[in-house]
Amino acid sequence: MTPTAVAESPKGTEQTALITGSEAIAVACKLADVDVITGYPIRPYDTVIQYIAQLISNGEMDCEYIVAEGEHSQFEVVKHASTVGARVFCGSSGVGWMYAFECLTVTPALRVPMVVMVGNRALDDPGAFGVEHNDALAVRDLGWQLVWVDNAQEALDTALIAYRVAEDRRIFLPCAISCDGAFLTHSQALVKIPAQEKVNAFLPRYDRGDLLLHPDNPITVAPQANEDWLMEIRRQTAAAMDRSMGVIREAYKDYEKIIGRGYGNPFFEEYMTDDAEVVLVGMGTLSTPCKVAIRKMRQEGKKVGLVRVRWFRPFAAEDLAKSLSRFKAVGVIDRDFSLGSPYSSGVLATEVRAALYASAKRPPLVGFICGLGGREVLVQDVEKIAGIVYDAAAGKPQPLTHWIGVRE
Amino acid sequence: MGRLFAVEIVYRGIFQKTLAKHITRAIVLAAHREGKPGISFGRYGDSPERNGIPAKAFAIVATDDITLEEGMAKYEPKEVDVSVNLDDTMCKGVESWAWYGLQPINRLVKPNGTLIITSREEPEKLIAMCHRKETPYKLAIVKGIPSFSGLWVFKDDHTDVRVLGAIARALPDLFTIESLKQMILDDGENPLKATSAQRSYDRLQTVTVKPNQGNPEKPYEFELLKWTEMRDGITIPSIAQGHTMTDPVTGKTGGFQPERNTTFKKYSTRTMRPVLNFDTCIKCTLCWLQCPDSCFDVTPEGFYDANMDSCCGCGVCEAVCPVANCVTMVNEIGFSDNASQWEMWRKDKDGYIAWLKNTIEHHPVRSHGFRYRGQYEEQVPEALAAADGD
Repeated sequence: MTPTAVAESPKGTEQTALITGSEAIAVACKLADVDVITGYPIRPYDTVIQYIAQLISNGEMDCEYIVAEGEHSQFEVVKHASTVGARVFCGSSGVGWMYAFECLTVTPALRVPMVVMVGNRALDDPGAFGVEHNDALAVRDLGWQLVWVDNAQEALDTALIAYRVAEDRRIFLPCAISCDGAFLTHSQALVKIPAQEKVNAFLPRYDRGDLLLHPDNPITVAPQANEDWLMEIRRQTAAAMDRSMGVIREAYKDYEKIIGRGYGNPFFEEYMTDDAEVVLVGMGTLSTPCKVAIRKMRQEGKKVGLVRVRWFRPFAAEDLAKSLSRFKAVGVIDRDFSLGSPYSSGVLATEVRAALYASAKRPPLVGFICGLGGREVLVQDVEKIAGIVYDAAAGKPQPLTHWIGVRE
Repeated sequence: MGRLFAVEIVYRGIFQKTLAKHITRAIVLAAHREGKPGISFGRYGDSPERNGIPAKAFAIVATDDITLEEGMAKYEPKEVDVSVNLDDTMCKGVESWAWYGLQPINRLVKPNGTLIITSREEPEKLIAMCHRKETPYKLAIVKGIPSFSGLWVFKDDHTDVRVLGAIARALPDLFTIESLKQMILDDGENPLKATSAQRSYDRLQTVTVKPNQGNPEKPYEFELLKWTEMRDGITIPSIAQGHTMTDPVTGKTGGFQPERNTTFKKYSTRTMRPVLNFDTCIKCTLCWLQCPDSCFDVTPEGFYDANMDSCCGCGVCEAVCPVANCVTMVNEIGFSDNASQWEMWRKDKDGYIAWLKNTIEHHPVRSHGFRYRGQYEEQVPEALAAADGD
């Protein structure tokens, strides 16, 4: 989609554009006045660099735009740019993300507030373009902030919020915004683009402060360290991640106040949960068939709700456990897998189960592996899932993990 | 609980790595002949080693498996029955790749434990070099030139079995000389090595070092910061640039002395040091340019003074110096401090030249440097003869 699709409107006011989730993130990069962007093509993330290139060539955006020779260099370049004070953007998909893994591990420890987009894609083999969440989830233990969005508007808003959170001196941790391949990266929707002045008011300049690599601030970054230092370094990164939840809350509050769009609880969205008997939990665009199925089931008298997790890191364990403990049973739908994990669950199911363990009230929890490699999650699939969750609520013995929508 | 034995081998990185491993392995195998289980290991933090950097290997032996496990539960022994120092220049203290500050060479020796040193020096000199200890310990010398070889080549000058013979004498409960000799013979080693072990055992003499004996200096230490005190982002302040030097006689300032790392000084890596003849120096800058450790200070009049707090003793300055006998590498054992040679020369030129001549003449033996194929084969008979004649 070309930028001409942006509806003309007076300066300083909100505009509306028909753009994809990737393009929405590109627009956020423009609004955030990102300094250095590196790209290396891989589907479906490449949609974001295509659009950024277009914005630059149209004279709408000004930044260093570097096409690297691979993902490893791509992430290294922005890492270094960030240490000298540049606001940076990067991203990848599937095995491209994995090829950058060495850089992904060092980024949180060096406290580099890189913001990236992961166009979620199945890991090879087989070579497949469709969405799976295993790519972004692979960094879940390393100090990356991870957020999933389910529509293009949320992609844009979350990208601006991600810069604000990542670059907060209390945090200085990278943030990856996950967008489901195809469903979000290649689907255009009407997106409200906030006015530049409002974005400027919301998002301060990136200030690397005492960590700035500059001749006037002579420091050594990343010296070799042994066991006398490593635990203290990890402890520092852990403390930054622990502070992240509070900073995310602040950012969403300010975003609502300044930009005028709010999301309620930043960490997860609740849909029709007030009177729900059972709930489904998931991340990303599978929320759409879930919501349609829920409305259908409610017409049939089944009180089903949805909890869509946005922030996977930091994981809002206490809030989520408090919310989920209200229901008779919980069904977690994973668009990923964690082979050999407890009960052969998906990653999200394992985390939600762990979050609930400290609760006085722990409803039965059933995991579902669904929609892998971009397979459509059908409304009937969701109804089937809800049926199994109802069975769990009734105490009917059954496996703790089910594969849904697989030919058998 | 049975009895636990711990032996520490302090060695020069790369040069004595194979030697240290031979000794710790042999300790375990000799003790095993007497039914005692044990393990042998290098200090992981010392790896990867650098040429000459102090490093440690350990052998832990026990009278039974459960007791052995008590010893294995520690990363390394907190105290040892016997500490072996394979190069006498480490008596000045050791600073490793793996820890911070200078450790006295006798630090881990138990009260009344034994410190064995391979050296040609007399006990009085070595005792004076070692830091004072609050408890008495025994000092034993295995007479001979400290044995240095390379990472891939081993100089089999019997230092391993001579040290083992000394351990059998100092701590017979660990293993007897008979078990040691039998192990050497059964392993198909040269039978002469069993003889060397026996000879070393027979000749070993020990002296007791009292708490008031030794170097009274407090070795430099470094305090590890808490996580809340450390800078985040794995950043550390850079070392500052440096400053001019002051002539001790005229008070004239000039030249340049770089600031240096105060937490890792590196000088205990050194087994030999350059001594400089300022009267013949042509100020060509080559030593200053080529020194891999930036250890040369530039004096106000443009000489280059090797700073002994940061010199690792590699000998590059001597190799690149175009003037004959201007830079001479001398065994570190001959020096008791890190004082500036340039200051000494400025204050008393005649005295300095006399000192220089004496220093070069009296301590010519260098402990390391593999220069040509066949060198070790030539050196071994010499080393054995020296050992035989003590």
